[in-house]
Amino acid sequence: MNYFPDEVLEHVFDVVTSHRDRNAVSLVCKLWYRVERFSRQRVFIGNCYAISPQRLIERFPGLKSLTLKGKPHFADFNLVPHDWGGYVQPWIKALARSRIGLEELRLKRMLVSDESLELLSRSFANFKSLVLVSCEGFTTAGLAAIAANWMNYFPDEVLEHVFDVVTSHRDRNAVSLVCKLWYRVERFSRLFIGNCYAISPQRLIERFPGLKSLTLKGKPHFADFNLVPHDWGGYVQPWIKALARSRIGLEELRLKRMLVSDESLELLSRSFANFKSLVLVSCEGFTTAGLAAIAANCRFLRELDLQENEIDDHSGHWLSCFPDTCTSLISLNFACLKGEINLAALERLVARSPNLKSLRLNRAVPLETLQKILMQAPQLADLGTGSYVHDPDSETYNKLKATILKCKSIRNLSGFLEVAPRCLPAFYPICMNLTSLNLSYAAGIHGSELIKLISHCAKLQRLWILDCIGDKGLEVVASTCKELQELRVFPSDPFGVGHAAVTESGLVAISIGCPKLHSVLYFCQQMTNAALMTVAKNCPNFIRFRLCILEPTKPDPSTMQPLDDGFGAIVQSCKQLRRLSMTGLLTDQVFLYIGMYAEQLEMLSIAFAGDSDKGMLYVLNGCKKLRKLEIRDCPFGNVALLRDVGKYETMRSLWMSSCEVTLGGCKTLAKKMPRLNVEIINENDQMELGPEDGQRVDRMYLYRTLVGPRKDAPEFVWTL
Amino acid sequence: MDGTLGLLGRGGGGGSSGSSTNESTVSKVEIVEQDFVGMPSEASSYPEEAELELGLGLSLGGGGGAAAVKAKASTWGERGRILTAKDFPSVVSHGGSAPSRLSDRATAGALGAVSGTKRAAESVSQEGGSPTGASQVVGWPPIRAYRMNSLVNQAKSQRAEEDKMIGEQDKSKDASKKKIYTKTDITPKEKGHLGFVKVNMDGVPIGRKVDLNAHSCYSSLAQMLEDMFFRSTSTAKSTGGEKEQVKSSKLLDGSSEFVLTYEDKDGDWMLVGDVPWGMFLGSVKRLRIMRTSEANGLGI
Repeated sequence: MNYFPDEVLEHVFDVVTSHRDRNAVSLVCKLWYRVERFSRQRVFIGNCYAISPQRLIERFPGLKSLTLKGKPHFADFNLVPHDWGGYVQPWIKALARSRIGLEELRLKRMLVSDESLELLSRSFANFKSLVLVSCEGFTTAGLAAIAANWMNYFPDEVLEHVFDVVTSHRDRNAVSLVCKLWYRVERFSRLFIGNCYAISPQRLIERFPGLKSLTLKGKPHFADFNLVPHDWGGYVQPWIKALARSRIGLEELRLKRMLVSDESLELLSRSFANFKSLVLVSCEGFTTAGLAAIAANCRFLRELDLQENEIDDHSGHWLSCFPDTCTSLISLNFACLKGEINLAALERLVARSPNLKSLRLNRAVPLETLQKILMQAPQLADLGTGSYVHDPDSETYNKLKATILKCKSIRNLSGFLEVAPRCLPAFYPICMNLTSLNLSYAAGIHGSELIKLISHCAKLQRLWILDCIGDKGLEVVASTCKELQELRVFPSDPFGVGHAAVTESGLVAISIGCPKLHSVLYFCQQMTNAALMTVAKNCPNFIRFRLCILEPTKPDPSTMQPLDDGFGAIVQSCKQLRRLSMTGLLTDQVFLYIGMYAEQLEMLSIAFAGDSDKGMLYVLNGCKKLRKLEIRDCPFGNVALLRDVGKYETMRSLWMSSCEVTLGGCKTLAKKMPRLNVEIINENDQMELGPEDGQRVDRMYLYRTLVGPRKDAPEFVWTL
Repeated sequence: MDGTLGLLGRGGGGGSSGSSTNESTVSKVEIVEQDFVGMPSEASSYPEEAELELGLGLSLGGGGGAAAVKAKASTWGERGRILTAKDFPSVVSHGGSAPSRLSDRATAGALGAVSGTKRAAESVSQEGGSPTGASQVVGWPPIRAYRMNSLVNQAKSQRAEEDKMIGEQDKSKDASKKKIYTKTDITPKEKGHLGFVKVNMDGVPIGRKVDLNAHSCYSSLAQMLEDMFFRSTSTAKSTGGEKEQVKSSKLLDGSSEFVLTYEDKDGDWMLVGDVPWGMFLGSVKRLRIMRTSEANGLGI
């Protein structure tokens, strides 16, 4: 306290008291610094000459966000010479040299050079937000450096942080200054929009005229599990229309959980001469007619990747719509199509696509065709088989075996939607090259055949399988796949009872055997605290940990205790954990652990957990980096929802279903936070019977947005 | 802050900035049998009262108390921790201090089955003791719908293909799938149909939706529909302690003036209850509660 001038203190406390989770400020202010210096993340320095960078760094090693003011206010009115002072360079140099993981820098009336901006952009891996108000001394070259390096570190999150700048800053002059300069930075060609309703197409087009690659996500995640009505929203049509009308030369479009119509696909195919890549994940609303349009009209198409979409398959000859002149295909994935395929057209297409690296077939493609295709395309790196069924004693199968021997480039293998396990040995010779194996749809491969196949795959980095592999099979994986980084174990019988396919011991075995493991999705019958603690100890590098015990609220079967301590161990040990899904019997305690330890957590999915509002509060207060929170069937209500409404503007979205929040609570929230859309899904007419504020809301989805309530909400979605 | 939630956390009421360092919030959780409207419930052993003591501070000593509370049987049905308006006897009164809320609750309870709330999940412990909790809750387990559909379809075609694995390419996949639907060995566990179906009742303008996966047999479905359409303003069930017996549904046994019918994949209207449940799941498109007098030619 003696080291810091008063004005620093008072502004620190300004920040502190306005931040809700520093509750007892007045009680501990003297002890505060001494106790808290290591956890202080935000510092406001009203006068950059009041303290030296070195002292600050020493005092607050956990610094993440720094605000600095330089010249006196009257410098705004030309009463202070330009080079009076207020240079940011010494600050950035000192911070760069330290171990501080700076994430936000806000400067006012300071001299900023391109050199400073470049140093800034290169020195902090987690840097997220730069706000410059009334500053000078730099050019667009400096901003280009920021843009370039941000994209390297966070290629997918650029837009989120641009919005940080735009929405949180009060000085509109500065904002438009920043935006004009950003506007000129042509290198913003790749954008990720995590929520298509956070911004309008028009605004995006205005801001980023150099846009070439756009990723859009529509429905909330829980839509994957039928918790969101089909026509909730997430239409791509307005985006494609707006882009088509603009001068944007769109080349890549990636959509997830969006409603895509044939009309949209057709418009897309006709509007962008250079269109190269279409990736649709978990989308619906279109048919093979839309695909035909893409095939026919996109002359330079390189990639058509359809992942797990519900496509109405009219079995038209969409594949035949690729003109003979189309020779640019690099990646084609139609595994999710359910209908027939013109096999001859497919063979011809492959034959004239010398750059084809990735091909995933649907179940209509038989083994004979696979053999012919592989003859034409031995350069394939990624193969998804269709129907892999044949007589292993046949000539066709022998031909296939010989053909596969030539396919030495295959690194990624998937498919086997239908499979004759006795034909699997044809792939053994290339298994040792595989880095990625997806057998999660191969229900026909069981037990020993599965294990035999995997035992050939020593270099696997990613493995997706069904739980019929069993704990014993996972032990084989653990001893074979030492390079494993990502494991997903899906249930083969989600509603089954009894037979324990995989349990905690499989996961423990993996944790022991695979030191590089960082992402896990594990569906199992049961889990114990002891196992989780072991896993936590063995795998401190987890980035994603998703555990689904099939029976909700099941406790640790050996102790009948909740799994709080197990998950607590996970978050405590895995300091880089960004995504967590939990199941099993869980009390408020686990949320306490999460709030305390999960500092990097960005996405949390909770179901049937917790005892009271405290649970949710622990998370909201503790997880600073939380972006997406989705909760179902937990006893969290208005108290938790409304405690810190500002928090939601720092997040992308919040989903709560079958919780205790009421209509009144949601209305209050919506009223306080105009920059959030608070949507209630009300599908069952229940609220038409007289909506009362005290009534519980069945499904609530809120998200930050720049553009207010959406206009395409169906009648069962209320935006409060 | 409404009164019911006040019991949950006295200190927290009012949504104030949390200057409550010393507070030890005692949440009294009175567990009352979840008398979910329409779902048969059994005499499950909910503990009468469970006291949770949670200190607001970071001391983990209080946590032990919370853990101790969890010493209950592990069957899925005993979700004692979930609080609803029914849990607070001061609200759930016979006089009905907030009667409209209760009726909403009851209706919501009925509709809860539709949207798959935990209330539906709680009352589902009656499947012969085995842990079928997973199969009864909407959106659970959390597997992408595409994958789920694919699993179900694969399971069906596995059975069909097992006999013709070698040498024969099954050209008419659709045909083989159709064949499966007429086989009689479909187990009740197969869920060939995901999502909601619409239910309309003659004379009622507003239709409802039900999630068929929340049921495993005709009687539970019919019971729920009866309560949904015939008892939509009932509050009696929401008071604690009443047990709902499984009774055969009037809709199914022909004693009501209405019958339950469904439209199948071919567009025909059929009487509900004639085919095995699993087969019904695979072919039903929507439901209609029809006046008996109009149900000609449906086998009545």
